Amino acid sequence: MTAEVTKLIHKYLRHEKKFPHVWCPGCGNGIVLGALIRAIDRTGFTKDEIVLVSGIGCAGRMSVYADFNTLHTTHGRALTFATGVKLANPKLQVIVVMGDGDATAIGGNHFIHAARRNLNLTAIIINNNIYGMTGGQYSPTTPYGAWATTAPYGHIEHAFSIAEMAVTAGAAWVGRGTVYHATLLDQLMEAAILKRGFAVVEVISHCHTQYGLKNKLGGPVEMMQRQKDLAVKVEKAKTMTEEELKDKITIGTLVDRDLPIYTQEYRKIREAAQAALGGEN
Amino acid sequence: MADYGDGKPRLLQGNEAVVEGALYAGCRFFAGYPITPATEISEVMSYRLPAVGGTFIQMEDEIASMGAVIGASLAGAKAMTATSGPGFSLMQENLGFGCVAEVPLVIVNVMRGGPSTGLPTQVSQGDVMQARWGTHGDHPIIVLAAATTWDCFILTVKAFNLAEKYRTPVILLSDEVVAHTREKIVLPPPGALEVVERVRPSMPPEWYVPYEDNARGVPEMGIFGDGYRYHVTGLIHDVHGFPTERPDEIVPFLNRLFRKITQHFADIQMVEEELTEDAEVLVIAYGSVSRSAKRAVTEARQRGIKAGLIKLVTLWPFPRKILEPLLARVRGVLVPELNMGQMSREVKRVNQGMTRVETLNRIDGNLITPGEIFEKLVKL
Repeated sequence: MTAEVTKLIHKYLRHEKKFPHVWCPGCGNGIVLGALIRAIDRTGFTKDEIVLVSGIGCAGRMSVYADFNTLHTTHGRALTFATGVKLANPKLQVIVVMGDGDATAIGGNHFIHAARRNLNLTAIIINNNIYGMTGGQYSPTTPYGAWATTAPYGHIEHAFSIAEMAVTAGAAWVGRGTVYHATLLDQLMEAAILKRGFAVVEVISHCHTQYGLKNKLGGPVEMMQRQKDLAVKVEKAKTMTEEELKDKITIGTLVDRDLPIYTQEYRKIREAAQAALGGEN
Repeated sequence: MADYGDGKPRLLQGNEAVVEGALYAGCRFFAGYPITPATEISEVMSYRLPAVGGTFIQMEDEIASMGAVIGASLAGAKAMTATSGPGFSLMQENLGFGCVAEVPLVIVNVMRGGPSTGLPTQVSQGDVMQARWGTHGDHPIIVLAAATTWDCFILTVKAFNLAEKYRTPVILLSDEVVAHTREKIVLPPPGALEVVERVRPSMPPEWYVPYEDNARGVPEMGIFGDGYRYHVTGLIHDVHGFPTERPDEIVPFLNRLFRKITQHFADIQMVEEELTEDAEVLVIAYGSVSRSAKRAVTEARQRGIKAGLIKLVTLWPFPRKILEPLLARVRGVLVPELNMGQMSREVKRVNQGMTRVETLNRIDGNLITPGEIFEKLVKL
């Protein structure tokens, strides 16, 4: 097992160049990165075929550690850069990593439009309920009543459910996992990468340094234990009432549907345009 | 459908000529968002690009448009966007990313009256300083200004050439009058104009150092998927592309960013001179105003006044070396522009008291007329 892990690290991480990483000890981001490279390894894509795009924040730092074509973009805009990469070269397998503030506050508009557009992209959103890198300010997924450095009297806004928002916005595939459920996370990542269409994985993670401390939720172990306690499999959730599901985390595949893919549709436009206008080359 | 090289004259508006120039230069990706008075560029692109195997996309806003353009360029496409004032403001964030990550791309900004929503359908030259300094932090930039339909064509080709040659965003400033004026144009045949391609690495991938300095100051550019895996970031980075906070890496990087432009001033800085050889008074103008200025100078000559015109084609980097000898020689200079005086500040800065610098400003959404320039010119 250890040898296997080392092999993957040597194959996929910039282990000689960019480590140690910037994440706090006990952070869930490492588990997400591990799940991601295991999933990529299983899909069989080469490192040259993968473009790993990230936004800004703790999650945004992930791109620098992995030995793919990597693109660390501006805050909230990762999906827009990824859109350009994919359209210019649809053969590339484009994976986008964002945080909750990154994807749903400053990048919220790009997120819903990317879901609606249905390019063959994989979006991984690490949701730790807080802005970690800047020091613990409330994000769009900070729960009502929680504490944050910009909510010193308690938070009065209501949180987004990221995965449900992706479903509503039209994403072809949506799953949710946690960093506690590592095996499921591996499976979700692989399914999302292989899915033809816009696929979203929301990963419930923890920020013990900021959110955990402010809200007296303990360290990484206690916070991961909490993920375990609150998690309900999608299949089981279907048998539960809304009241029973309150504050629970539904995990698994929320939606999997086949929708027309943007680049395939655009190919038809090219054919129509070439028939009408003729190519110049 | 334009047929390059058939020798037939066409009647095109500036915005259409921008599209022809972009396609001539090999542009194969366009992302934009509707905005007056730039919208025709998007519309014609959406019609023309798919026919040449390119891709057009209308994004959710101008921030996204710039992001998509950068992504497409990194994946190997010559890419551009077009907008006007409010959209140009939104593009500033990712424009800075383009400068720092050294991504070739072209932004066309068809200027309209500002600030804010301003005068959407009326002409202005109010974005000259925003084009130079709009994105935060010290950065070099190349900005060209178009005055005619022909300019819109040829300067779009040149904007792509400069972007690819120097790995930098290039801004082409047009304005509402230039964009919507229809003029006769004969499109040159393929091969008649130089079209520059970016220099790509040829060494084995493991030897590739993506941001290594060289004599040109412009590193070879790997594109995503071609085997040269590297890291692209908006953070200040070392020669490998990885973030750095080391002063001994920050300073050489930023110095190189500037040097790659400054050491190529002769290639980048363009002006058009008319009757300047024996000129005693000079008009320095750009964009649509330079056309009124041309007429005014012609009329002044007819009255025996030795007037000349400098039409600035490159606004930034400001063509100081070209202007200085003229400023040292002439009796006075007039800088007419459709703003409160943006380029005139630059002329005064370069002038250093050598000659008299007069300004003529109009901000009511209408062009400066030849008569207005003539009146000021005769008093110089």
